Amino acid sequence: MDTLRAPLRRHYAAIAAFAVAYLALGLLVRNSYYQLIMTLVLLWAAMGLSWNMLSGYSGMISFGHAAFFGLGGYTMTIAFVKWGLTPWLGIPLGMVVGVLAGIVIGLPTFRLRGHYFALSMLAYPLAMLYVFEWLGYQEVTLPMMRQAPALYAQFADQRAYTALALALTVLCMVISLHVERSRFGMSLLAIKQNEAAAAAAGVDALAWKMLAMALSAAMAAAAGGLYAVVLLVVTPQSMFGVLTSAQALIFALFGGVGVYWGPVIGAAVLVPLAETLHAELGNIVPGIQGVVYGLAIIAIILLAPEGIYWRIRDRLGAGPAARAAAVAPAPAALPPVAAPAAGSEPPSGKPLLELEGVVRTFGGLRAVDGVSLVVREGEIHGIIGPNGAGKTTLFNVVNGFLPADAGSVRFAGAEIGGLKPHRVCRRGIGRTFQVVRAFPRMSVLENVIVGAYAGAASEREAQELALAALERVGLSGGRALATAAGLTTDELRRMELARALAARPRLLLLDETLAGLAHDELEGVLDIIRQVNRDGVTVVIIEHTMHAMVKLAHHFSVLDHGKLIASGPPAEVVRNPAVIEAYLGRKWVERAQHPVA
Amino acid sequence: MTDWQWFLVDFFQALAAGLLVGGTYGLMCVGLGIIFGVMRVVNFAHGDFMMLGMYAAYYLVTGLGVLAFLGPYAAPIAGAALAGPVVFVVGWLLHRYLIAHVTGARVVTAEAEGHYAQIILTLGIALVLANGGLIVFGSQPVSVQTPLSRESWEVLQVLLNQGRTVSFLIAVAFAVALYLFLTRTSLGKALRAAADNPIAAAYVGIDVDRAHRFAFGLGVGITAVAGGLIASSQSFQPYIGFDFVIVMYAGVVLGGMGSILGAFWGGLTIGLVQQMSTLVLPYQLQNTAIFVVFLLIIFLRPQGMFGRVWERT
Repeated sequence: MDTLRAPLRRHYAAIAAFAVAYLALGLLVRNSYYQLIMTLVLLWAAMGLSWNMLSGYSGMISFGHAAFFGLGGYTMTIAFVKWGLTPWLGIPLGMVVGVLAGIVIGLPTFRLRGHYFALSMLAYPLAMLYVFEWLGYQEVTLPMMRQAPALYAQFADQRAYTALALALTVLCMVISLHVERSRFGMSLLAIKQNEAAAAAAGVDALAWKMLAMALSAAMAAAAGGLYAVVLLVVTPQSMFGVLTSAQALIFALFGGVGVYWGPVIGAAVLVPLAETLHAELGNIVPGIQGVVYGLAIIAIILLAPEGIYWRIRDRLGAGPAARAAAVAPAPAALPPVAAPAAGSEPPSGKPLLELEGVVRTFGGLRAVDGVSLVVREGEIHGIIGPNGAGKTTLFNVVNGFLPADAGSVRFAGAEIGGLKPHRVCRRGIGRTFQVVRAFPRMSVLENVIVGAYAGAASEREAQELALAALERVGLSGGRALATAAGLTTDELRRMELARALAARPRLLLLDETLAGLAHDELEGVLDIIRQVNRDGVTVVIIEHTMHAMVKLAHHFSVLDHGKLIASGPPAEVVRNPAVIEAYLGRKWVERAQHPVA
Repeated sequence: MTDWQWFLVDFFQALAAGLLVGGTYGLMCVGLGIIFGVMRVVNFAHGDFMMLGMYAAYYLVTGLGVLAFLGPYAAPIAGAALAGPVVFVVGWLLHRYLIAHVTGARVVTAEAEGHYAQIILTLGIALVLANGGLIVFGSQPVSVQTPLSRESWEVLQVLLNQGRTVSFLIAVAFAVALYLFLTRTSLGKALRAAADNPIAAAYVGIDVDRAHRFAFGLGVGITAVAGGLIASSQSFQPYIGFDFVIVMYAGVVLGGMGSILGAFWGGLTIGLVQQMSTLVLPYQLQNTAIFVVFLLIIFLRPQGMFGRVWERT
């Protein structure tokens, strides 16, 4: 990705400038209360970065980051009080505990989505809160170690804590920066925008989410441990309370989601505001901090839902358009095109995809009912049938979205039934969707790069594959840098095709790729499909547009009510009385009388 | 009596307490169930609306004593019932001016992103209500005084706290009335239609936004009544809402998200779980037991409880 964004060293320079300025300011501040606020800003920035690592990038909103914060703080504190372990080791120990908790929590919880994920994440820290109260840790104070204060991270000079917290925050920022610019971050963003499409494009969603959770938990635990060191006391409410989880989320959302500056901006604005109000008015209005945070989050959701950072960026005109203008697309290296004779004779290669007795039911409905068919290497295989015939369900079974209830799916001689979608993709089966599933906020090129990762060893190779795929579908040049949300139907169809092609599949499953296209657009896409096929990719295509299908496919399979009722060369199938009766019937007659424009 | 008999008495005592508490929890969950069922909104602030209901009852009955003329027995009941309309208005206004911006027909059908805006907005409202409550009501725990809470009826050696028994009966009465409202009146039917399919409802002339506003007010009002009933049997402070959010969602999820009647049974079950857990767990862990049950429910009963991942490909 590096050629597409500002160089890494510019980011490092910005982070370094921030760190130096903050440190200089910290050294000047003598008042110990303001010094404490400066430390807290950084600790909450780190906590916000932790939240952003999981929820900001992947879109799985967590209301329970206090769980990791609290475990980090309590582990350090208890190790200190019970065994005299120095925080220098206690904080790393807390991070280990936090990461383990993250894995234990993540494994079951990532099966949930949306509200359910958010709500169950809320339950974890609250359950821990009561457990720690019950264990008798209502209020644990760190003992003063006067004989060797530095060994126990106890400093008379408050500025030392600011420096420590700054080190933690900068570390979290650098980690976030590298995540953002890697395959890791791109995969999380893809998951956030369309998980099904990401899986079909070969992204192993669970693995990336678990990694994000582990990193995020480590950051939160470190922040919690240092927080306890600074404040010298932990209580279940301050460590595991709802407000703690909420603050992590609020700073990240307020400052900017999905960017490492966001939580830092959020904490830098809101923490001093809330703390000052609390100090000035805390006696009269005890809950003022919570009110400030609540109002801040309400305002941000209504006025700038992506956060301040993005709002400022848009104002400065540094949006995707400006980025696009700043970057010249790298020259596309077209892969050598093998050009086999494009005969109209059906190719008779070896069987590539073999379905045998595949059954898939939904409740009492047999959506796919004992389908057996063979797709031969090199052919374009059309699957036709009326609405509800089970065509898309069949695709979903093949690419792993749905497990088959019975039967086998063999690809290139190996059983693939039961494999997860991303594994099926990596075996060499790409697919597109009936309703295009784009990653709307990514550029066209980035969309395709996510697909290319499945077949690429490095970032550079992924980018080259993506550019080549875009070239093949005719979306190269300026359009490659446009944001996917602004594309026409035709361009979206091409982009999705490119995303599937970028992984260099042997078999392409196209689900109504021609739907909604105007006549000349349709011809363009048909040409691409033919060319892709001539380059050696086997194609299975679901389509309603009979007209186009007869010209395109070498082989027809007809589904009706989940059953395969005919299979063979198109000319033969369209004359098959069973097909005419069951599916084409009157419709075909009508179409014959009024040819499609 | 033998140990075994003592255990039986304890068991039935916990069962009875669970049912009595569960009735009010059921009503509470019905309020949340209406909002989720009709609007598909996860209202994070629901516990705080319940807290408002508790304080409304408290000020009407004990704090300001407006209802003192009704006497010590009737006043707490009237206070709980009146908490409903008070919180209805608050909810109606908050919906009108804040929540409507991130909800509505357009969001019901939208992908995940619309829901995040709702959860986060309602989280903000929850923080403002809870902490604003701290400013306005103070942090000192209070409760609604009723002589009933100190009296018990004894049935076969099982003690039934009179206050909780009365609360239970009133909660059931409210739930039944609500059920009749939703099934027998045209407004109730319109609400259910808007819940079923907001777009179709709009096509047949139901003002979906108005239906949502009313449903939101109704939902928080119903929960406020439940809060008012609980207020006479336990002390509370402005932060109590957060504890109850999980209790309520546990009930609603157990009853089947979107099913209004199911939410009542879900809440009842959660009350039973909470009270029965005290048979085997320390008293302080009864809420932990609820959280564990909540997590088990969403992990083990996935039907209808997961967002659809591969909705239509």
